[in-house]
Amino acid sequence: MSGKSGATAGHSTEPHVSNRFYVAIAVILAVFTALEVMVFYVEALAPFLFAILMVLMVVKFALVVMFFMHLKFDRPLLTGVFAGGLFMAIFVIVALMAVFGKFG
Amino acid sequence: MEGPSSTGVSNRKLAMWTFIGSECMLFGTLIATYLIYRGRNVVGPYPDELLNIPFITVTTFVLLMSSLMMVLALAAIERNDLKKTKIWLFMTALFGLIFLGGQYYEFNHFVHEGLPLSRNLFSSTFFVLTGTHGGHVAGGVIWLGTLFVRATQGKLDATHAETVEIAGLYWHFVDVIWIVLFTLIYLLV
Repeated sequence: MSGKSGATAGHSTEPHVSNRFYVAIAVILAVFTALEVMVFYVEALAPFLFAILMVLMVVKFALVVMFFMHLKFDRPLLTGVFAGGLFMAIFVIVALMAVFGKFG
Repeated sequence: MEGPSSTGVSNRKLAMWTFIGSECMLFGTLIATYLIYRGRNVVGPYPDELLNIPFITVTTFVLLMSSLMMVLALAAIERNDLKKTKIWLFMTALFGLIFLGGQYYEFNHFVHEGLPLSRNLFSSTFFVLTGTHGGHVAGGVIWLGTLFVRATQGKLDATHAETVEIAGLYWHFVDVIWIVLFTLIYLLV
């Protein structure tokens, strides 16, 4: 294999996204990371810590996968392949935690 | 040159996404193990005594920004802008190295504070989980280094955009795994 672009085999179907858009995504990621740390240190938010951190984590995860990894613009087959592994991993985590009594 | 694919997706790209899906399961099992044993240490030092949130926030920021540089490298090679491709590939690898330096410092600090790998449940699961991630980062840095060398030798141009894209998929995956680990290990202590 030469390692050249497989144009005939379906190179990314993404539209041409500008560098400014990528920078905007990176700024959002940085701001969300700062928010996570801020929430961690604010005692008044302690009861909501888990929920807030999980939401911020999922949004950051989704932003990178959708836009930096171009899954939003790529073929659904790739989303299916990734989602299959991801959901299986989440299932394993939740199932094992349940088995070991981590949910009370 | 790669031939047509029956799926409509390049075989190499499909292979990388399949690999990433399987990596999700690998990290899923390691994360599950970490979460199951969290808070069950019978001897110290304990995580809240050692974890340095400001320091790890900086290294997390470095890794997040390396993802931006990776996607800028891909955009550059798609425009056949080889000079910027080289710059962004180099910067991505450099930021990856900075992250690894931070991880080395953190590991060293933990061991110095009396927390070697086999000290307690936290140390075993923490070192295995973050060490596995660090190994992936190191692999990514080597991969990016080879791409940078090829670009410097003039062996990388717009026809190799997919090669850079596939390396980028791996690098971004390493980044998203760290997004999860940063929250689960450091912020939800």
